[in-house]
Amino acid sequence: MRMSRLAVATTAVLAAALAAGCSSGGGSTGTASSAEPAAPGSAGPVNLTYWTWAPNMDKVVAVWNAKNPDIQVTISKQAGGDDAAAKFLTAAKAGNPPDLVQAEYQMLPSFVAADAVADIKAETAAIKGEFSPGIWGLVTLGTEGVYAVPQDSGPMMLYYRQDLFDKYGIEVPKTWDEYAEAARTVREKDPKVFLGTFSSKDPGSFAGLAQQAGAQWWSISGQSWKVAINDPATVKVADYWGNLVKEGVIDDQPYFTPEWNKALNDGTLLTWPSAVWGPGVLSSNAPKGKGKWAIAPLPQWSAGENHSGFWGGSSTAVSEKSPHRAAAVKFATWLNTDPEALGLLVREAAIYPAATKGGTLLGDTPEYFENQPDFWEQATRIAATARGFTFGPNVNVAYSAFKDAFDKAVQDKSSFSAALAAMQEATVADMRKAGFQLAR
Amino acid sequence: MSTLSTRRTPAPYLFLAPAVLLFGLFLAIPIGYTVYLSLRGTKVSGLGLGKGARQEVFTGLDNYAAAIGDGELWAGWLRVLGYGTLVLVVMLGLALLFALLLDSAHVRLARFSRIAIFLPFAVPGVAATLLWGFLYLPSLSPIRQVLDVDLLGSGTVVLSMANVAVWGGVGFNMLVLYTALRAVPRDYYEAARLDGASEVQIALRIKIPILIPAIILTTVFSIIATVQVFTEPTTLRPLTNTISSTWSPLMKVYRDAFVTGDIYSAAATSIVIAAISLVLSFGFLRVVRDRAFGEG
Repeated sequence: MRMSRLAVATTAVLAAALAAGCSSGGGSTGTASSAEPAAPGSAGPVNLTYWTWAPNMDKVVAVWNAKNPDIQVTISKQAGGDDAAAKFLTAAKAGNPPDLVQAEYQMLPSFVAADAVADIKAETAAIKGEFSPGIWGLVTLGTEGVYAVPQDSGPMMLYYRQDLFDKYGIEVPKTWDEYAEAARTVREKDPKVFLGTFSSKDPGSFAGLAQQAGAQWWSISGQSWKVAINDPATVKVADYWGNLVKEGVIDDQPYFTPEWNKALNDGTLLTWPSAVWGPGVLSSNAPKGKGKWAIAPLPQWSAGENHSGFWGGSSTAVSEKSPHRAAAVKFATWLNTDPEALGLLVREAAIYPAATKGGTLLGDTPEYFENQPDFWEQATRIAATARGFTFGPNVNVAYSAFKDAFDKAVQDKSSFSAALAAMQEATVADMRKAGFQLAR
Repeated sequence: MSTLSTRRTPAPYLFLAPAVLLFGLFLAIPIGYTVYLSLRGTKVSGLGLGKGARQEVFTGLDNYAAAIGDGELWAGWLRVLGYGTLVLVVMLGLALLFALLLDSAHVRLARFSRIAIFLPFAVPGVAATLLWGFLYLPSLSPIRQVLDVDLLGSGTVVLSMANVAVWGGVGFNMLVLYTALRAVPRDYYEAARLDGASEVQIALRIKIPILIPAIILTTVFSIIATVQVFTEPTTLRPLTNTISSTWSPLMKVYRDAFVTGDIYSAAATSIVIAAISLVLSFGFLRVVRDRAFGEG
């Protein structure tokens, strides 16, 4: 009797302990399922988990699952952005990562440096030709390995309020000088309206603008890294925006806030230098602007030039610890190179495919841009002018430093190039502390 | 072996086992692991790409030296000190005031008021902060249409954050104090009234002295809570550029662990924070014990 009561008590305690254990680990749901996969070669389908934040990816995956009963993919929807990268790195360190993960290009080097994603060079040799060398470089990091299959890219362009440009009598700026001039004109015509805003919360956007100017934040020479975040090209970009903010002709509120949405909606913000994925953001954050926005190439640093940069864009990577590497690469290959999958990605997930043949699948103009029937032709032309740079192994540190330094610079109206120098310093200090070989 | 013995039965250990097990699983082991992590770090060789380029190594007290030597951490403590003083004084002051008012003889709608004051405590911190965040934003806020102050500016953002904490915290503390007041025998008040004491005098001379232990308790809890401030600044951060990623010490831990991916220094900083908050709470307890009760 006594023993049995004890047994009951012990069981209850264990159950409580387990329940508590589960709830304390609840922050990373959907990670456990990949831990007990069927052994390769054994009967029963292979189950893959895939972390992604692209909208409607479940519909795309459903098509694959219907056709491939032996490789079943389960989506785990992520929040996206820096949090998703941190979560993946944590899961990889804890030993229970998903088999496949959506990896932004700038985060891929951190994943590789943490040994969290697999080198899939052998499995992807056949599809290298599907991508432009510039895009492919983003998944090789300029090394011998291949660490992901490119999915989409984010060439930058200028989104502007066509109707209000007409109202205020402004021409679409061809150079950044013209853009600054237009910013002043707008303030004179209506002191409530801004031509644009500088966001100190979006290092990705700033990186794209720096790429346009020809920056090379990281580069590899031999066995060492060279970090040049405050190179002359980027200093030029930083000071340009810094001066406009100080002059008060450009707003300084961050992107993606309720405040910003309101400004996009009510016509008090006239432009947004953004990437090809902009229509999705605009249609959900500024529904009232439908049919009023248009795109043009980014303003240039010198007349006659024709450059753009990248903001965002991501790839599909396979976890180093995934027991089903071959199956995972097979799915990633289908997802990002098969015409049917690319068509689905364009239609359902509203992404701009990285694969070269994706350009022909773009189809109809986004509904939001009904006023600009040649939206995709424009976008494809602009995309061809975009140039990127190699991302380093601690982009997370650099981006975090960007936010803190530029927040402060915006707030104090102090020098943006000094903020840039702080960003460079924090990035180099972190790499030095970790033991990376640095040039010079 | 299993002979009948009244002295050496396993029963006490079995009864202890659940507590020890739970303590070990959820307190001792995590703390031990944090200490272990805080003594380690990663070492990268060459480019840091490819297999085995990154190794976990023992670094001794390096992480602690870096944590203690980091000016940002101490600047964070200063900010939290200012914020905490503000929250403690206003929140506990209001809680005490409300508890006394609700307990006074002439109050009406006591039940309704009690629930109304308590209700904000039931709103999760993130929701409360978002709610207030929207009220602070210049073009969305009804407050801003009346009052021309930047509620998220570099000087005012602390007040705005403290406001959220006070709004959410007054109810709980009021309830603790109020419950303590209800336990006081009514005879004391009657005696005081017979002696000609006014309600205010009763409050100042009888109720507050009796409440001292409860006030100390709520103060200790509030000190611990404000030292750990994280939700309010983290939730408000995307809305303004006046809150840095290391505004409070815990935010720095979060940034190190999950943004820049250095769990080792995050572990060391956590332990430094835990030590400081321990010193603060026990220090406070010691001071008030000496003052209020004259004990050694």
